[in-house]
Amino acid sequence: MSAIAARARATLRLANRRRATTIGILILSVFAFLAVFGPLIAPYGAHEQVGRPFEPPSSAHPFGLDGGGVDVLSLVILGARVSLLVGIVATAVSIVIGAGVGIVAGYFGGLVDGVLMRITDFFLVVPVLPLMVVVAAVWGPSLFHVMIVIGALLWTPVARVVRAQALAVRERGFVRRARAMGASSGRIMWVHVLPQLRGLILTNTVLMIAQAIMAEAALAFLGLESAQVVSWGTQISHAFSSASMSAGAWWAIVPAGLCIAIVVLACNLVVIDSGEARARRRPLHLSRRRPRVTAQPKALEEQVS
Amino acid sequence: MGRWLYVCRRVVGALLTIIAATILDFFLFRAAPGGISNLAFVPGGSPQLKEALRHEFGLDQPVLSQLLHYLQALLHGNFGISYSNRQPVGPQVAEAFMHTLPMVGLGLLIAVLLAFTTGIAAVWFRGGAVDHLSRGAALVLFGIPAQWLAMMFIFAFRDSLPSGGMHDPFLIAPSFLEEAQDLLRHMILPSLTFGLTTYATFMLILRTSLIEALSEDYIVTAQAKGLPVRTVLLRHGLRNALLPVATVLGLAIGTAAAGAIIIEAAFSWPGLGDAMAKAVSQHDYPMLSGTFIVITASVVLVNLAVDLVYGWLDPRVRL
Repeated sequence: MSAIAARARATLRLANRRRATTIGILILSVFAFLAVFGPLIAPYGAHEQVGRPFEPPSSAHPFGLDGGGVDVLSLVILGARVSLLVGIVATAVSIVIGAGVGIVAGYFGGLVDGVLMRITDFFLVVPVLPLMVVVAAVWGPSLFHVMIVIGALLWTPVARVVRAQALAVRERGFVRRARAMGASSGRIMWVHVLPQLRGLILTNTVLMIAQAIMAEAALAFLGLESAQVVSWGTQISHAFSSASMSAGAWWAIVPAGLCIAIVVLACNLVVIDSGEARARRRPLHLSRRRPRVTAQPKALEEQVS
Repeated sequence: MGRWLYVCRRVVGALLTIIAATILDFFLFRAAPGGISNLAFVPGGSPQLKEALRHEFGLDQPVLSQLLHYLQALLHGNFGISYSNRQPVGPQVAEAFMHTLPMVGLGLLIAVLLAFTTGIAAVWFRGGAVDHLSRGAALVLFGIPAQWLAMMFIFAFRDSLPSGGMHDPFLIAPSFLEEAQDLLRHMILPSLTFGLTTYATFMLILRTSLIEALSEDYIVTAQAKGLPVRTVLLRHGLRNALLPVATVLGLAIGTAAAGAIIIEAAFSWPGLGDAMAKAVSQHDYPMLSGTFIVITASVVLVNLAVDLVYGWLDPRVRL
């Protein structure tokens, strides 16, 4: 019993120290719950007309009705599923491509590295959204296409970060030893290099989900997603095309955008601590009267870079 | 010598990127399901009409000769003929580009001014209310979809400012001043949306890089000399912080230019983004490809300019 209590206390302590991460995870859990159980929670259907168009919020419909007379609260709850799904699938695609390219480039080096990094640089410079628009437009509007297109074009930052780490891990003792024992390149990458990059990939995953959700909303707004799909992106797009602004129906616009903003904010909160912790290590004594005289020795990796 | 080599390498790299983008663009349209001729479809059109269309747009020739022809035409500024209005794409894209420029320019100005004032203030009062507030605002703005912010602005100013377009069509024989005023009234909301959505990235980058610069040894030296905080922060800190900011700004401008597509579509501002959005809904593929090439080329060129300025500011990178 006491072991569990100690464990719980330790978790709580960690949660308190990493407050932003905890809040972010809590918010994401709520939305994940909505995504999974949405159809059971939502009071009405996503295509069900339950009143006059643009009926203002009331006790029966706390978020009012949209331009088609559909309950906005139900739309927001049901939209969580597709929006998060796009975020997760697109992220999975881009992590697989990015981590694959990064590990292969970093591990093999030389010509392979050169070619892969030129390709990465190319996709890093070319503006992603116009490219997504072109690809999605040529393929035709569909949810599946949107997921694949977003994933296939967001992988560059992952590839660069993973490559840098793979380069560093490659020269570590245990990798050399594994190579000396005759392990194949594939095994070394999978068993020895990849696990070292887990934290890095995880951080990127969270940020990528946020990016993918924003990209989905953008593509939906440009009419590149099937109009039947119920997501926060199509909801904003419908609110725009049904002229909710001039009708004064703010309730049809606000919730979906707010959900996207909250999820993206939560994703950023989850990873913000890792960045802040690094910044806090180097004290800034701008406002202090007495600057510390002893210069802090820099960590080895910072000197090298 | 080293300087010119650096400049040459960068210029050649940028040109290669643009060429690669145009070739990618070419093959993207060829990779369309059912072939590109399917894209030029006329619903219910006879096979003869389809064949005639294929011939008219040169789609019946071998792919390689199509590619060469396409690149050759691009070099002459020929972007093809729009499917939807049968006019050359080039002049339409050029006109749209000239419309995008002032809107994005004003937006960038708003973003940079806001980012610098709040970014410096955040570092000055690090850990204080200003810091938390501006970082909070940046984090929230970071996650707000541009089209949603645009719609909120249209809603909030629906009685006082125009919600779309670039000119008031009912303005009769306006003087220059009246016309400029009208343009500004139309531009303010799109530019503000652009500025606010871009601001977040700029501010966070500036803040991080300023904090990074302030942890250097010469800051300690400057403080030890007894220089006032303001001099240390602005002269010693900010100047050095600007270098990394410049590169990231170049990349951020690329993302921002993409964001302009959504904003222009929301405000029907007749720029490149609006042209692209319209081309998507009208299946006007030459127009789509033309706007894509121009947006990509301008982003690459902005990056090149930032790179060159960076090399000029910081001689170390030219090595």
